Amino acid sequence: MNNRTESPLIHITKRKAMAWYKAWGIRLIAVLIALVVCGIITTLMTGDNPIAVYATMWKGAMGTQRRIWALCQGIAMMLCVSLALTPAFRMRYWNLGGEGQILIGCLATTACMILLGGKLPNPLLIALMSVCAIAAGAVWAVIPAFFKAKWNTNETLFTLMMNYVATQLVAYFIIIWEVPKGSGNIGIINQQTEAGWFPVIGGQRYMLNIIIVSILTIVMFVYLRYSKHGYEISVVGESENTARYIGINVPKVIIRTLLLSGAICGLTGLLLVGATDHTLTTSLAGGRGFTAVMVAWLAKFNPLGMVLSSFLIVFLQKGASEISTIFSLNQSFGDILTGIILFFIIGSEFFITYQLHFRHSGKKEA
Amino acid sequence: MDKKTAAVSMRNITKTFGTITANSDVSLDIYKGEILALLGENGSGKTTLMNMLSGIYFPDAGQIFINGQEVSISSPKEAFNYKIGMIHQHFKLVDVLTAAENIILGLKESGRLDLEAASQRIRNICDTYGFDINPSQKIYDMSVSQKQTVEIVKVLYRGADILILDEPTAVLTPQETEKLFNVLRNMRNDGKTIIIITHKMHEVEAISDRVAVLRAGRYIGEMKTSETNAQEMTNMMVGRPVSLNIDRPEPVDPAPRIIVDGLTVRSSDGILKLQDVSFTANSGEILGIAGISGSGQKELLEAISGLQAAEKGSITYISPDGVHEELLGKNPLDISRLGITLSFVPEDRLGMGLVGNMNLADNMMLRSFRSGKSFFTDRKTPWHLAEKVVKDLEVSTPGISTPVRRLSGGNVQKVLVGREISSAPTVLLTAYAVRGLDINSSYMIYSLLNEQKKNGVAVVFVGEDLDVLLELCDKILVLCGGKVSGIIDGRHADKNEVGMMMTRLGGGKDDE
Repeated sequence: MNNRTESPLIHITKRKAMAWYKAWGIRLIAVLIALVVCGIITTLMTGDNPIAVYATMWKGAMGTQRRIWALCQGIAMMLCVSLALTPAFRMRYWNLGGEGQILIGCLATTACMILLGGKLPNPLLIALMSVCAIAAGAVWAVIPAFFKAKWNTNETLFTLMMNYVATQLVAYFIIIWEVPKGSGNIGIINQQTEAGWFPVIGGQRYMLNIIIVSILTIVMFVYLRYSKHGYEISVVGESENTARYIGINVPKVIIRTLLLSGAICGLTGLLLVGATDHTLTTSLAGGRGFTAVMVAWLAKFNPLGMVLSSFLIVFLQKGASEISTIFSLNQSFGDILTGIILFFIIGSEFFITYQLHFRHSGKKEA
Repeated sequence: MDKKTAAVSMRNITKTFGTITANSDVSLDIYKGEILALLGENGSGKTTLMNMLSGIYFPDAGQIFINGQEVSISSPKEAFNYKIGMIHQHFKLVDVLTAAENIILGLKESGRLDLEAASQRIRNICDTYGFDINPSQKIYDMSVSQKQTVEIVKVLYRGADILILDEPTAVLTPQETEKLFNVLRNMRNDGKTIIIITHKMHEVEAISDRVAVLRAGRYIGEMKTSETNAQEMTNMMVGRPVSLNIDRPEPVDPAPRIIVDGLTVRSSDGILKLQDVSFTANSGEILGIAGISGSGQKELLEAISGLQAAEKGSITYISPDGVHEELLGKNPLDISRLGITLSFVPEDRLGMGLVGNMNLADNMMLRSFRSGKSFFTDRKTPWHLAEKVVKDLEVSTPGISTPVRRLSGGNVQKVLVGREISSAPTVLLTAYAVRGLDINSSYMIYSLLNEQKKNGVAVVFVGEDLDVLLELCDKILVLCGGKVSGIIDGRHADKNEVGMMMTRLGGGKDDE
């Protein structure tokens, strides 16, 4: 018997576990490879120097102090929505209705500001806006949750549909409140009186949002990891059978969690209208309800990890739009680069979960 | 036997998964026309070794020879080219198709699909070896044993000469097992090579010509079945002498603990799962429940533990102080709020009893996380409990923070049973508590159950191995198609009688 060993060219096995630093090493390598690939593509397609492109990207996101603040605001808002979706996702409830829940929060805030602005003392108005926005977001999320809990309807489709309803509602009220009539938009609300505008902290109008979201991140981390509610959410997410077996009231947990999820989406809407934009448009949520899904997944639903993943996404967005402007490239070019980078980051998860074995070279004949 | 040709030779086979070595330097010969029993505890690498033969895994090192030729088997399809076929524990059949359709499924034969010719070939195979199936019967109409027959015929239809059966008798009644063994003997006499994986020693003695023993991934030895005995084989498997007797202490002051009366349960699809079931489970006794799988065992235990709604009947719990409580219509939380500690070791360990992705401590918490008024969970107590269970029950785990899905089957079950008995229950329900467990772990579970019995717990033991039921239980309730076929005394029961009762209400009387 000879000593020849035949084996297939490549075979794939699942890894048992991987040290966290190795996993992050693989992710880092993925980002580096992505940057190289982006550079090659940039040079091939535009003839521009890739280093210059990256420098522009960096400048676009962090070039000036104003841009850094805008970046932080972007991160804060993205993080806020991701935090909202996380409890639902950990329960394996795919809430894709973030967009609608934010918009409804925006709508409730706007309604308070327009209808009650100047009629109530400002602190009372702000309190009322907060309550309404949070409640509106919660209601918007709990409608599909109720149907899920009661009749096991598909939450993915249901929450998605609720987005369209919310967008249309906002469009309808914009027509009612438009200033001036026929313009199709609301403009800055209460520009003279600043009624219902959130106070500016430390001379920075984004500061309040950043503080609120930072606190929320820590609270959410503790809630999910150390509270009894957080534990119930994990058990329901892992196995409804186990949850029933130990006497968890599954419908109650679903509804309670989605109240929370919707409430935080409503809070995002409140901050967008009350603290920064002071206006209402149908695109105010800016796709965050969907982008946040990716942010949450990238961080494996860990609130602290989401700080990093939302930074990455927002940084890429800002940088990409700057490239398009400076190099007068098509707007889509920035998106192509973002897409390539995300492809590599998500693709690297494969190498973290699985291991490739190549045939030992040398001994093999055909 | 040395004169026979080796149908399969495995030489120095090694296979690792990450840091775990499943097989290490295993060399094994299997001859034409013999039945080889492959023995070993859980995690000893039997299934991995056979999966390499059937093309599911590929060895890291070592060689496989089929009839003297070195081969590389990188897919189940290639395994068929070498006439190797494996019959897995879990059947892979399409329910809405007929036996014949399932058998030819996936075969690329030239020409038009000719079901009639295929059926004829199937009938020929059946006649040759003494199978009994109807090629045009739909799978969903078949019993477990018939489905298994289809799986075997499927492999033979593809021309397999080397058959691997992974725990084929786990789901069969004694009569069905005997039938299967007759077929296997016919196949052996026809020159086929058969490898059978099983945990049941008396079956090894009944069917095999030769046994090979693996322990911790290594090849330990082989011997002729006729020259060994169950005790010697077990010692080889475990690596030290073990006692094969199951204890059965006398019941301690038995008093009714759970009285089930006229229980009727329908599944959510409206299918009758239990019909007019009545019995009493006493404290200080082990009540065995025998029956072909799917005869209503799951529904019975779930109804008692508050997970299954019933159509009719009552389940009365009588506490040690004599307080009566009706359990039907209550959920598990209601029951525990009544102060009843009812423990339940469900059949689906990782899908119901435990959460696979959570670590040992978090799994200990499942039952107790509500305790205390704090908004936050108490993590210390479950951690200590986990440490205690690991120590007391000899759970082999890398640590308390390891997700339980990473543990082997026996250790998963120890974690589950350890948690369930830690709450000092008055009733302990167990479903297939030793399924898939090796001898060592099984005996540990038996002794834990006996300990509970001595503490005055009413233990309900749903089992599939009749020998165990007959040795362990004080009383045995036999279910047949959701009805009570009979309740017999475990000390005087006869295995064949129980087997008959499992397949026919009331047992073997022909006039019924």
